[in-house]
Order: sequence, then structure tokens, then C-alpha cells
Amino acid sequence: MTLIHASSLAKTYRAGDIDVPALKDVSFDIEAGAFAAFVGPSGSGKTTLLNLVGCLDHPTSGRLTVLDTDVSRLSRSAAASFRGENLGFIFQDFNLVPVLSAYENIEYPLLMVRGWPEAKRRERITKVLAAVGMADQAAKRPDQLSGGQKQRVAVARALVGEPKLVLADEPTANLDHDTAHRILDLMKRMRDDFGTTFVFSTHDPKIMAEAEVTLTLEDGRIAHAAGATSPAAVPGEPA
Amino acid sequence: MIATLKLAARNLSRYRRRTLLTALLITLGVVAMLLFVAAAGSFKQVMIGQITDSMLGHLQVHRRGYVASVDNLPLNLNMPVPMVAKVEEALKTEPAIAAYSIRMKLGAMFSNYTESTSIRLNGIDPQAEDATTPGLRTRIIEGDKVGVLVAPGQVMIPDLIARGMKVKVGDTVVLVATNRQGSVNGKNFTVSAVLEPATGPGGRDGYIHVSDARELLRMTAPEAMEIAVRLKDPARLANTSASLEAKLGDVKNKEGKSVLEVHTWEALTPFYNIARMIDLMTLFIRVMLVAIVLVSVMNVMLMAVYERIREIGTLAAIGTQPGKILGLYVGEGLLLGLLGAAVGVAISVAAVAVLNVYPLTFPFGRQVITLKPVLALGEIGLVSLLVVGMAVLASLQPAWRASRMDPIVALRHV
Repeated sequence: MTLIHASSLAKTYRAGDIDVPALKDVSFDIEAGAFAAFVGPSGSGKTTLLNLVGCLDHPTSGRLTVLDTDVSRLSRSAAASFRGENLGFIFQDFNLVPVLSAYENIEYPLLMVRGWPEAKRRERITKVLAAVGMADQAAKRPDQLSGGQKQRVAVARALVGEPKLVLADEPTANLDHDTAHRILDLMKRMRDDFGTTFVFSTHDPKIMAEAEVTLTLEDGRIAHAAGATSPAAVPGEPA
Repeated sequence: MIATLKLAARNLSRYRRRTLLTALLITLGVVAMLLFVAAAGSFKQVMIGQITDSMLGHLQVHRRGYVASVDNLPLNLNMPVPMVAKVEEALKTEPAIAAYSIRMKLGAMFSNYTESTSIRLNGIDPQAEDATTPGLRTRIIEGDKVGVLVAPGQVMIPDLIARGMKVKVGDTVVLVATNRQGSVNGKNFTVSAVLEPATGPGGRDGYIHVSDARELLRMTAPEAMEIAVRLKDPARLANTSASLEAKLGDVKNKEGKSVLEVHTWEALTPFYNIARMIDLMTLFIRVMLVAIVLVSVMNVMLMAVYERIREIGTLAAIGTQPGKILGLYVGEGLLLGLLGAAVGVAISVAAVAVLNVYPLTFPFGRQVITLKPVLALGEIGLVSLLVVGMAVLASLQPAWRASRMDPIVALRHV
């Protein structure tokens, strides 16, 4: 089942009087349950593509379908609802709320976005905390956690709402090599345990090797696709 | 809602010193406002109470033109007997009226046999005057405070004359008056009481029995210069005055013009303008309080938004609706306002309680005023609402900014 379908996507930013193209004619499919990576050097368009898939931005042209929903022109409020219901996010800098404990950070999307009742929240958070190996650190605030622990909490926060798709922008960039691999292993395990599709961006060759599907971007175009992507990913080149 | 407020409280706690300073500023504003209102209100009530209860009454009825020339105490603007009867008839049909006192007013020479001075006198019926201005008795600083206010042959004199003329209670004095026809008459009186002076018209007048006043003026018919009226509820002043004016409008002269005037105490004493000035100052202080709350809360909230841009981006990215982000920041403003108002009200109530145990006294002219401030629940509610409302209003703009922030731009913010 195709989870993400992009067709002739383009994104152009306006810098003063100049149009700066960030993505040009990008087409690809990503199947449900994939562990996919957008790879490429800085400025290649990985984050822009991730933002479009995450409904944080609109494409200038082209069509983008996520979970059978055309997300190309969602309003601000509809996009927020879509993200809250269907997507999970992991950030390079973890982006945990500093005044909340690990438990409360994980609870945030269920409480403030989904509005789940407390018993249901507690059950789910306990399960996710155990899955990421942070059950004994639940009461700690972000400033009492290591980088790896923070990212585990961030993974738990992304997964707690049982999203179909988790997007991670350079999730290992601020972690040492061993911790980075442990986080990737955790993400894979979560994919296996919960059936969640993971799409992340990275420019680290060792990390991109962990991906089962890779879309390599160069100058805003998909230069190479590997793994189970659609044949349309790279025009003229079989996947 | 509760979850939003809980998170807002957590966010306020992350900058504890700033939050406390802002709340303290709001608290100071609330305390200043409430204490001023309580003290000024008490001063107003003391003064108005003194003016209406010990001199003027709440309303007065005169013959047209009498008040305009009251400084001369004219004897040609008396209300003749039929006119007095009509006024009494109107007063008796007015349910809001508690009592009234028919007064004779005259100027006289006061002599202690060695020197003389001028004195303004009120000829009163002691029972009616007691019912109309019960505070007059409280102004007696020497003499009988309990018995009949003033009996025939007695005079109550103001402290100023008692001191100036070296006269004390029990002394005999002579009062000499000239009547409307120019005939001079004198009579011996015994000083029955010395009165504390009071601010306002009539505050330095003497009092004699109405029968003595008529005798001094060689008046055969019971005419009157002034009828002072006491209301059951002073809050009904305007309505009663209007109603009485309508009823007395029928009393006309030969030219068909109305000959009676009704004046409220507000029109008779310059203190009413002081009371209005106090109200105006209260308004200015309210405006200052609003400014304090607006500026301090808006400043804190703008800083909070600026410092948490990435966090706003994160919350938006994970699906928080713009309205909820707005609510989060408005909640912070609301809590700041509530904290400042609650502490401010608590301090003010405590301070007012202390001031009631140890009242403030200060000289006001020749009087000593004792202030026992009272904080009305309505005022506490109004100030609290004002503060909380302004805090919410001040946080709206920063909150709106936060809620409209582009998540991508916010997430990129360093």
C-alpha cells in the first residue's frame, strides 16, 4: 500500500526579488511500513521534502498525497489536525518541552492534541516508555537526561499517538555514533512492533546505510532511488 | 482548558524571577488602587455624612431666590405659613422621606456684655432637627449631649465664637437681631453647648429654639426660611428630589411662576466638587493600573514568545491547533493577572483591617478626621476583573503572534 505519493513536486522560495528553487519535479512513492531516508548533502532539498510530507509547508506545484489525503493545499488548521492525527515528528535537537518531565512530554500530544482520557493516556504512555527503554526515567526533565535519552523520549512522543507515519529530520545529527545507531535500531524496532512507517533525512553515509529505502537528492532533484520505491522516483532510471 | 492552564503555569514557573516581579508590579498596582479607593471612599463618606447628618440634611426646600442670597440671610424671602403647609403636605406624601426640620435662619449680634461679634443662627424645633440631622449632637464638644438639643432660652454656639469671646457653657449672653421691618430686638440666652466646627455651609452657625427665633424677629406667624429633609435611603436622592420638585411646582406666585426650590446637598456644598475630584482621581489611578498591567504583562508575554519560538514550532509541528497555542499564552497572561490580583486583594484586605484597628486621623481645617477605610466587595470585584481582563488583553497580541507563527520558520529559529 502506497503511503506517500509525490508527483512532479516543486518548491520555490522567494529570497528578496530572487526565486530560489528548493525542489524540482520530484516524484516518488513510499510504501507503508517502509524505513526510508531522504539523503543528500546540505542544501539538496531533504528538509524541504520532509516539511512538505509533514504538512508543514505547501508545494509550489505538483501533487502530494499522504495516507490517501491530498496535503498539497491544506489550510493551517486542517494541516495541524492532519499532523496531530496521523504523523509523528522527531527533531534533530530533540525539541522536548523543558518544563515537562519525560512522561509529560510524551503525554503532550495525547492530552493537548488528541484529548485522550487520563486512563487511556497512562496505559499508552507506559507501553511506549517501556518500548523505548525509558520507563525508569519517566519523571526526569529534559535537562536531567542525556542526548540519547532525550531522543528516546522524542521517539516515544512521536509514536505515542500510534501514527501511521513518523518523520525525523536528521534524528541522529546531535548524537554520538553508538547512540545514533541505538536510536536507529530503536526506530526500526518500533517500525516492526507498531507497523509505523519511518521517513528520515540524513547526510551521514553510515546512517543512510541503515535505511531500507533511500531517495538521494541533489540540487532539489532525486538523483538516485534505492529500495522499494516507485519506478517513477527517478525519471528514466529503474528503481 | 485545565490542561492548558496547568501547562501555562509550568511555563510561568520556568522564569520564576520574572514572573514574580511582574506579579509583584501588578500586586503593587492593585494594592495602591484598593487602598486609595478605600481611604478616599472613607473620607468622602465621613465628609458627606457630616455635612448631611449634622448640617444640611439630604435635601432642602427654600423660597425661590433664598439660596442665591443665603450669605445675607435675607428676611424678605421667608416661606409664609400657607406655603410651609403646602411643603409639609408634599413631604408627608413622599415615602422616601424620614424626617424634616423647619428652620428659621437669621443673623444676629452676639454679646458677652464686654464685647460683641456677629453670629449666624438657626432657629430649630429640637425634636425635628434631631430627627433630620442626628449628627448635630455629635458635634457638641461641651455641654449636654443627651438631653434636649436646645430648649427655649438656650443657645448652642460654635467653638470659634466660644473661644474668641471667652464664653463657656452656662454663661449668659445677649443676642440682638433686626427684623424685616428694621426693628431691633434683644434677648438673654444661656449657652447650653459648644459645637465643633464642620466643613461647609452652616458649619459655624449657632442654634436657638425656633420660638426664640420668632421672638427675636418679632414674628407672629410661624414662617420659615428653610426646610431641611432627611431621606430614609440617601441613594434615592435624585429620584426624591425630582418627585418633590414636581409636587412643589404647583405652588406658584401671582405671575404663575413656581416659588419654591428644592436643592440636594450636592448643590448646597462645595464639598460635592471635592467628592467629584476624588472620583476623577480614582479614575486616573484606575487608568494607571490598567497601564501597569498592560505594559508589564505584554512585555513579559512578548519575551516569552520570543524566547520559546522553537518550542512554539515544535508544538505546532506535532499537531497543536493555533487556537490552543493562543490559549496557552493567553492562559499565562490570565494566571499572571490572577496571581497579581489575588495577592494584591489579600494585602489590601489585610491593610484595611489593620487601618480599622489603628485608624488614620488627620486635621482637616479645624476638625480632626478619622478614616476607617472600607473595601466594598464590588470594588474588589471590579479591580480584580479589570486587572485580569487587562492581563488577558495584554497577552492577546503576543499569543496571536505565537499562534500564527509558521512552524518551519519557528523550528529554524536559533
